[in-house]
Amino acid sequence: MAQTQERDTKLSCRNVWKVYGSDADSFFNGGDGAVADTDALVERIREAGNIGAACDVSFDVKEGEIFIIMGLSGSGKSTIVRCLSRLVEPTAGEVILDGENLLKVSKEKLIDIRRHKMGMVFQNFGLLPHLSVLENVAFPLQVQGIDRAARVKRAMEMIELVGLDGRETSYPRQLSGGQQQRVGIARSLAVEPELWFLDEPFSALDPLIRRQMQDEFLRLQKMLHKTIVFITHDFLEALRLADRIAIMKDGRVVQIGTPAEVVMKPANAYVEEFTQDVPRVKVITAKDIMSQAGKPLEGAKTVAPGTTLEQLMPRFGEGLDAVAVADESGTVIGHVTPQAVLTALATAHEEGGTL
Amino acid sequence: MTVAAQEQSAPGVGLGRISPQLLSWLVFGAFAILCIVLRDEMKWLVTYPKEWFLKLPIGGEWILLERALEGLMDWITATFKPVFRFISMVLTYPMRWLEDLLHWLPWPATFALVTILAYRAKDLRLALFCLAGLTYMLVVGYWDESMSTLALVGMSVPLSLTIGLVMGLMAFQYRWARRVVEPTLDVMQTVPTFAYLVPILILFGVGPVVGMVASAIYASPPMVRNVMLGLRRVSDDVIESGEMSGCNRFQLLFQVRIPAATPTIMVGVNQTIMAALSMVIIAAIIGGFADIGWEVLSTMRKAQTGQSLLAGIVIVVMAMIMDRISRGFAERTGDIPLHAGGNFLQRHPYLWAAVAATGIGIVLSHLMPFFKDYPAALVFYPAEPLNDAVSWFTREFFFATDAVKTWTLYYFMLPMKAGLDNIARPQSWGFSMTQTAAAIYWAIVLGLGAGMVRLFNWRAGVVVGLLGVLYFFGSTGTPWPAFVAAVTLIAYQVGGWKTALFAFLGMAFMLSTGAWPRAMLSFYLTATSVLFCFVIGGALGIWAAQSDRASAVLRPINDTMQTMPLFVFLIPVIMVFLVGDFSALLAIMMYAIVPAIRYTEYGLRNVDPVAVEAARMMGCTERQVLWRVKLPLAIPEIMLGLNQVIMFALAMLVIAALVGTKGLGQWVYDSLTNARFGQGFIAGGSMALMAMIADRIIQAWAAQKKRDLGIVD
Repeated sequence: MAQTQERDTKLSCRNVWKVYGSDADSFFNGGDGAVADTDALVERIREAGNIGAACDVSFDVKEGEIFIIMGLSGSGKSTIVRCLSRLVEPTAGEVILDGENLLKVSKEKLIDIRRHKMGMVFQNFGLLPHLSVLENVAFPLQVQGIDRAARVKRAMEMIELVGLDGRETSYPRQLSGGQQQRVGIARSLAVEPELWFLDEPFSALDPLIRRQMQDEFLRLQKMLHKTIVFITHDFLEALRLADRIAIMKDGRVVQIGTPAEVVMKPANAYVEEFTQDVPRVKVITAKDIMSQAGKPLEGAKTVAPGTTLEQLMPRFGEGLDAVAVADESGTVIGHVTPQAVLTALATAHEEGGTL
Repeated sequence: MTVAAQEQSAPGVGLGRISPQLLSWLVFGAFAILCIVLRDEMKWLVTYPKEWFLKLPIGGEWILLERALEGLMDWITATFKPVFRFISMVLTYPMRWLEDLLHWLPWPATFALVTILAYRAKDLRLALFCLAGLTYMLVVGYWDESMSTLALVGMSVPLSLTIGLVMGLMAFQYRWARRVVEPTLDVMQTVPTFAYLVPILILFGVGPVVGMVASAIYASPPMVRNVMLGLRRVSDDVIESGEMSGCNRFQLLFQVRIPAATPTIMVGVNQTIMAALSMVIIAAIIGGFADIGWEVLSTMRKAQTGQSLLAGIVIVVMAMIMDRISRGFAERTGDIPLHAGGNFLQRHPYLWAAVAATGIGIVLSHLMPFFKDYPAALVFYPAEPLNDAVSWFTREFFFATDAVKTWTLYYFMLPMKAGLDNIARPQSWGFSMTQTAAAIYWAIVLGLGAGMVRLFNWRAGVVVGLLGVLYFFGSTGTPWPAFVAAVTLIAYQVGGWKTALFAFLGMAFMLSTGAWPRAMLSFYLTATSVLFCFVIGGALGIWAAQSDRASAVLRPINDTMQTMPLFVFLIPVIMVFLVGDFSALLAIMMYAIVPAIRYTEYGLRNVDPVAVEAARMMGCTERQVLWRVKLPLAIPEIMLGLNQVIMFALAMLVIAALVGTKGLGQWVYDSLTNARFGQGFIAGGSMALMAMIADRIIQAWAAQKKRDLGIVD
């Protein structure tokens, strides 16, 4: 159903459960998390007085994709991202990174994977208070035993990347929240991770700074092409940044899809509540409404697949009949007519969505 | 005295029906009256008979606990003597070495080192303060004694820190270690300081090692606590970021947890240093070492007030220097600038300054004798003028001081101790305790009690009744079954059956070991001083909470009082009031009033501002805001302050034995001078039990109050 370009799966989360309680393991009897009747098991777990923080969570994250897990507090989103790196040990299930089940690897191997393949940004930054900016960013390299000159060089590159050059001798408490999170980002990128986890990275920041940091994040991703799992409780942030969104409630995934899919076809009333006030013109993109049929347009203007209706409409105002949609390589993959835009808007309006 | 709010939580009970709690107090009242009526016929109601003492069957004989403990200690001493003597030797060696070093080091070098350290720790002001303090020690002529004390502290602090760090880490890492460490800390906190010395003295023999070992043990708990607290407080984000950076267990502990916990751990270092100094001074009581504590003690014993004051000031100065410097380091952790470049000299300017200063000092001392030993001719020792000044003061103000003393003694302390029943004499009270007088007294108590019931609730009435009995019969004249029953009942209603059982067993220990009469004497002195502390300290705390200026004045005084070795408090009170219970009361109050002030201020200042704002919006005057909103909400915090006051008072009680009080403190002191382990154990244990019973009851009470007020930690 996902319309993203076919990429390889980087990380796969399969039937992951995290149950808190004295007899958590007993529900699975050592078996995997793929149970026949999830609802029944969830019910049994609750009745036994245990807490199912994550229940039968499955999703795939593709290479180079921004995958956002969105949910309110207590929905299990932070638990699941910690299960992915085994900061929290899942009760059952599989987490497959590059074809290898992370939950089966040894402690040593896990540390090795964390050192080389993963980076993580934390909501409250998690900076080490006794280290300067430079030392904080260099810390993951230091624990690997990389020599001082090399790690200082690498750390300085990262500090420049996030625009903090000149502050490298400061201590965390001397920085503003936004600056501290830039340090957190630089640190998480210092080991050149393939997988980048961000746990509500901008939630602790003021709205204005948050906006800046989101742009900054998109800029970095354009350069770095990491595989990203991003946690947020802010639906608009998710729409803004995500390639795909997974919405969680009470430890379970309610819906997975592109921003447009989630907004246009909410899986249930819960998701619909989030989508109600989202302006459709900001969510629906050229890719969502383009038609691949018909002859390729000669000499038509081209737009990127991710262009929103809001951006498209002024183009038609200039008197164009249609625009071509071209992917990154410039290949035309379809076209959009004013008719298609109107149809999409009409449908959205009929469904009661905000335009 | 129990919780009023409990009654509110159970409406419907009270007016129509008698609640089980009230009923239990009515039963108790009948029991107490019975005890009092029968006390002349049955002497055992007042004096717990010797035949009922706890005896242990050892070697086919029934032996008193005290004797059994002594036998045990004799056996340990005989069996392990070589071991302890060996440890003693091993520890004496570096200690003597350090002492020699400090004595050999020319004073200009020591001056320079301390000043540089102070500057490094904080700023120029502190450096100048330290310089002034050292100058005082030198000029007054107590340099050598001070250096001996410093040597003792210098040896015991590293020991304490090591013990504290290792135990703290163990307790943090392993659950089983925590299970052992936490209760041990609680007990250690409540055992009086002298009691530590008894077994150590017996095992190690007289000498400076006793003081060193005792202070190493005594001073480690703050370090253990702060290490545990610091490690626990490191935020999850920081730990997780360390894990995600790929730290292994070892790296996570030493590169993430411990550095992140350093500020808290440094607070522990500061507290450990102060505790070590305090214990080293106290250990002077054993003698055998010419340190400054011994100087204070011996002059005090000879009633040389001027001399003991001069020596006491040295202790105060030392305490302040050590406190300020270590606190300076604690507060500046992490601020150290990053020295990316420069050579070794540039990166460590302070180190080089220290080395250079020492060198210059040594060279100077060889060139000029003045710098080697401060010449005796230049010593300024104004003991005689001070003595004159003190006698002038006491003469001049005799009426004022004596009036305060007499008034407090006759109307408050003596009745609390021996009972109004025995104290009321025509010359002091204006009447003797005839039947009519007694009847009037009880009528007043009953009237007051009834008034309290009407005004507040039956609990307030019970409190008045209990105080009335205590005042009339005195803590020593109250029948023990009634006393035990009252405390157990309070413990039960506040903290449940576990607290009650603990309180009961604790009191049973005191009764069956013969500690009871002394415990009652200690109870009287503690209760009196706690009450005074609470009233005066509470008032000061309210004042400090309402006025920023008052707070600014009180805070440094409190801080300084808190860091002083306990000995110091005795000096001024004996100077003016001579030995006796009243001096003890004042000395205890000087030390124990601090938490009363602090917690009251803290509690009042931290009341939910919304509640205060709401009260103001409803048109409350400042007075109403204070009495109707702030104080009721601050009660749990104030209760914890009360708890601390009791702990501090009991700690000081032992020291106060030096000014001639009777009771457990004196018993501990006595066991120390006679090296009697059994007696020391029982007396020290009884004091610890008193502290723990009070602690449990008050903690439970405060927790209950907090729950009722909906305050969560």
